[in-house]
Amino acid sequence: MSAPTGVLQEAIVWLNDPLTWTEPGGILELAGEHLVMTAIAVAVAAAVAIPTGAWLGHSGRGAGTVVWLTNASRALPTLGIILLLAAGGLFGNTATVIAAAFFAVPVLLVNTYEGVRGADPDAKDAARGMGMSDGRILLQVELPLATTLVSAGLRVTIVQVVATIPLAALAGGGGLGQIIALGMGTQRYGEVLAGGIVVAGLCLAIDGVLAIGQRLTTPAPLRVRAG
Amino acid sequence: MPGNPWFSWSYVVDNAPLIWQRTVEHAGLTIEAVAISAAIAIPLGALVSRSRWLAGPVLGTAAVMYTVPSLALFAILAPLLGIGRTPVLVGLVVYALLIILRNTVAGLSTVDPAVTDAARGLGYGPGRLLVQVAMPSALPSIIAGLRLATVSTVALVTVGIVVGYGGLGQLMFQGFRNNFYRAEIMTATLATIALALVLDLALWAVGRLLTPWLRGRAS
Repeated sequence: MSAPTGVLQEAIVWLNDPLTWTEPGGILELAGEHLVMTAIAVAVAAAVAIPTGAWLGHSGRGAGTVVWLTNASRALPTLGIILLLAAGGLFGNTATVIAAAFFAVPVLLVNTYEGVRGADPDAKDAARGMGMSDGRILLQVELPLATTLVSAGLRVTIVQVVATIPLAALAGGGGLGQIIALGMGTQRYGEVLAGGIVVAGLCLAIDGVLAIGQRLTTPAPLRVRAG
Repeated sequence: MPGNPWFSWSYVVDNAPLIWQRTVEHAGLTIEAVAISAAIAIPLGALVSRSRWLAGPVLGTAAVMYTVPSLALFAILAPLLGIGRTPVLVGLVVYALLIILRNTVAGLSTVDPAVTDAARGLGYGPGRLLVQVAMPSALPSIIAGLRLATVSTVALVTVGIVVGYGGLGQLMFQGFRNNFYRAEIMTATLATIALALVLDLALWAVGRLLTPWLRGRAS
């Protein structure tokens, strides 16, 4: 292995080559693939977690299960799950999306649950007194009050999914992780470093954009609490 | 599939020494990373909670580091620190740092001002106040942070295989390369989860011993 300065230089040269970005299978194409997989995984996770979390929060049931699920999911090694899926015959981008969505559900579920459950009891009482049905209370009172927590959950989830997808490259999945996996496989450490920088940059950029988006979508009266 | 079962007791028996060796590596790396993190994060948390202007930048920097995916961080550190254990250890310390730091700051912020006042009235200086009054009050939150950091570190170690040192992750990846040897991947995954639970339980017990005054209440 060459000296650190050599590796750094290799990484800079590689990143400065326009072809690296634009060639087929280059950074731009992989980043696009990465973002499409992220979008699908987050959409799947949201479709499962938000309604479930909202319903559990509304009915006040399953508090123990939700907490247990979140804690248990932390102990699960993502890589092990991805490799098990691969060994079960689920390969490539579909498996990656499934694994990423699987790990995204607990975060989103617990935030929706806490948000809906933590909605001001007086507001719920007033809504009930006005003759609102359970469904309307949930949709028009509790969920709007839970916006802060749900959008915070979405932000964490999206960043986490963007960060999880590169792991799947070790099991033959697509996305930007391929650069790191390929560089390791061929012992081109400059590319490994460059891949790491690109993936880290993407995550930070997305987190930044989402932080702004989160602020814009949070209704003004709730902003102070968001901190 | 008879040729490639998900569980195989004979695999575990035949490879017991290797599985044990990887588990010990895994546990050692986890404990070292969390210990270093705690040694940095707890004093830093105490410092940060004393001065408001430090809190923002320090917690912000830690949060930004936390956002960087583990694979990317290992990939960035490996060429600079060399392949092997060091980049994984440094990366793990970075991730555990934010969790412990946050819980230390949160714990210290919940110290009852009346208690602090009473201690000051008794003539406690800032040092004694921190060690004998604030820290014990913050202890449950700090221990919760240590447990959370330990559990997520155990899961993160496996990613270290990308730079050649992943403890039980090495078995997972070896099984994957070895024609999808399911029993090997499954055993390593279950061992990782078990390790996380054992370490979590151990810390819970330590926490109970350190906070005898909480025992009567619901934890």
